[in-house]
Amino acid sequence: MLLIEELGVEVGGKPILKNVNMHIPDGETHILFGPNGSGKTSLMMTLMGFSGYQVTHGKITFKGEDITDMPIHERAKMGIGISFQRPPTINGLKTRDMVEICAGQRSVDVDALSSQVNFHEFLDRDVNSNFSGGEIKRSELLQLMAQQPDLVLLDEPESGVDLESIVLLGDTINSLLGRGIKRPNQKPHKDTAGERSKSALVITHTGHILDYINADRGQVLYNGVLCCSRNAREILKWIREYGYEECVRCQM
Amino acid sequence: MSDVITRKEIDLSAYRVDAAPHEYVDELSRVDAGDARQFLDVGVDPQENGRGGSFIQKDRSVIHCKSCQPGIEIMGISQAQTQHAWLKDYIWKNLSPETDAFTHRVIEAPHEGYFIRSLPGVKASQPVQACLYIASEKFSQHVHNIVIAEENSELHIITGCATAPHLVSGLHVGVSEFYVKKGAKLTFTMIHDWGEQVNVRPRTVTRVEEGGVIVSNYVSLRPVGSLQMFPTTYLEGKGAVARFNSVLVAGKGSHLDVGSRVVLSAPDTRAEIVSRGITSGGTIIARGDLIGKVAGIKAHLECKGLILNEGLMHAIPELSGYAPGVEMSHEAAVGKIDKREIEYLMARGLDEETAISTIVRGFLNVDIDGLPPALKQRLDQTIAETQKDMM
Repeated sequence: MLLIEELGVEVGGKPILKNVNMHIPDGETHILFGPNGSGKTSLMMTLMGFSGYQVTHGKITFKGEDITDMPIHERAKMGIGISFQRPPTINGLKTRDMVEICAGQRSVDVDALSSQVNFHEFLDRDVNSNFSGGEIKRSELLQLMAQQPDLVLLDEPESGVDLESIVLLGDTINSLLGRGIKRPNQKPHKDTAGERSKSALVITHTGHILDYINADRGQVLYNGVLCCSRNAREILKWIREYGYEECVRCQM
Repeated sequence: MSDVITRKEIDLSAYRVDAAPHEYVDELSRVDAGDARQFLDVGVDPQENGRGGSFIQKDRSVIHCKSCQPGIEIMGISQAQTQHAWLKDYIWKNLSPETDAFTHRVIEAPHEGYFIRSLPGVKASQPVQACLYIASEKFSQHVHNIVIAEENSELHIITGCATAPHLVSGLHVGVSEFYVKKGAKLTFTMIHDWGEQVNVRPRTVTRVEEGGVIVSNYVSLRPVGSLQMFPTTYLEGKGAVARFNSVLVAGKGSHLDVGSRVVLSAPDTRAEIVSRGITSGGTIIARGDLIGKVAGIKAHLECKGLILNEGLMHAIPELSGYAPGVEMSHEAAVGKIDKREIEYLMARGLDEETAISTIVRGFLNVDIDGLPPALKQRLDQTIAETQKDMM
């Protein structure tokens, strides 16, 4: 699904990512750990193609196509979707219309989708206008549900969310990735799981979200370098026990 | 000082003060087809769907006038003067004819104007529409309008001002005196579609008594030579409220100097002014002036401007407090479209151009109170068209 090779990125002339290599196969969910300022968000912004993130080296391949220099909306159309931590408010644009925009040509039942994330009452408000942290998360997931991306980039989905809502978020993310346990049809689970092709990259620095979603692999980004790739829970245990410094010693 | 730099001078001698009369039409649906199209663009429906009455003036002639609601009076100002002797207590009482050269012209060479009044306690269920229309080349139209919302009544007026499709040059001067009595509510929506070389000078003063409400919406999306207006509202009774919204677009060659002043001189009065302007090669001077005279008043001014391509966007928000205990604030912002907003929408699949136009549409989408759905749709459409021209 996604292949990152020797990626180097600068922001404002300052190197942020140095030689990042990563592979996310079809259907896998990867967790990206790292302390604040390690470049996690920059990596996501680069994958989506935002201005200000200058690729200085290497390339990004998505579904077999080199997307390193592709404009943002074309990446979105190819199937990359991102949930922002602090999305901008767009005055006068109703959340309902934003969800329609996300659906593109497809027709969506905005009301039905929004009740799944308990967001119905916000549909007629301007998108992100005075939304709380938790409301932003639900709004972002609602947009992604309409967008139906094949690769989902989630930037700290659990930050600023209370315990009650984190369960709802976990469920929503799982259903977004086709990993929900709600049976959508009469097919046996192994068939549903077998069809699964949605991938995800999830940023966390607390690891709480791991209690609610199923990760196939974890990676650690430290100081702009990807320095570990293994079982996500195992990494989390190590970080909790010894901090990120330990990861540096294992640098790949 | 800025006034000196930006005020557009007008040579009054370049205009004619007389025009050929136009015939009265009994059925508004029979009005000239070309005119009818122009009417629709400024919210005046020739079929009168969802309207509680109409007043149509073409050049200096009242060509149609009718009220469909009991308790709502609609007529030309000269007829009203004959019918209501007491009207002399309202005419030229809110402002003096000596205010400036334009008001002076209205007393010197008057060309009708409307009189609209809701009787005490009458709540009009449908808006009244009024249209002031210029069809004669180089005509200078001088109207005097009086609106009275008597005690505890409710009145919504949609005023559309436009010019005939062929018209190049003209001048419109409108003196408007609004009286909102105790507990009454007046919603006044004005939509302008003048013309690239038409100059417009409305002069409006409103007085609001205890518990009265004035809501004024102003929309100018189409080209205009120059427009200068600074309506003043006096909130004189306890608890009176004023809300002003304006949506302005200035393309190349358009000069808009638009603002509102509200004087809050009674306790518990409230005022809110919201202005949104987009310039794409033109000039917008967005003024707002709130004057708090007594304790316990609340007033807020919001002025946002976008500059697409080039042009001048000059925001002049002013607050004056004359007593401790006034609560007044303003926020003004002038800039370009935030790149983060564009990229946010692009990440949802919109190309850059569509993302920008979506943001512009949202920016101009001020929620206007009580607008009939068909008119709202029409305005959205005009915004979409205008925006294509701007890009």
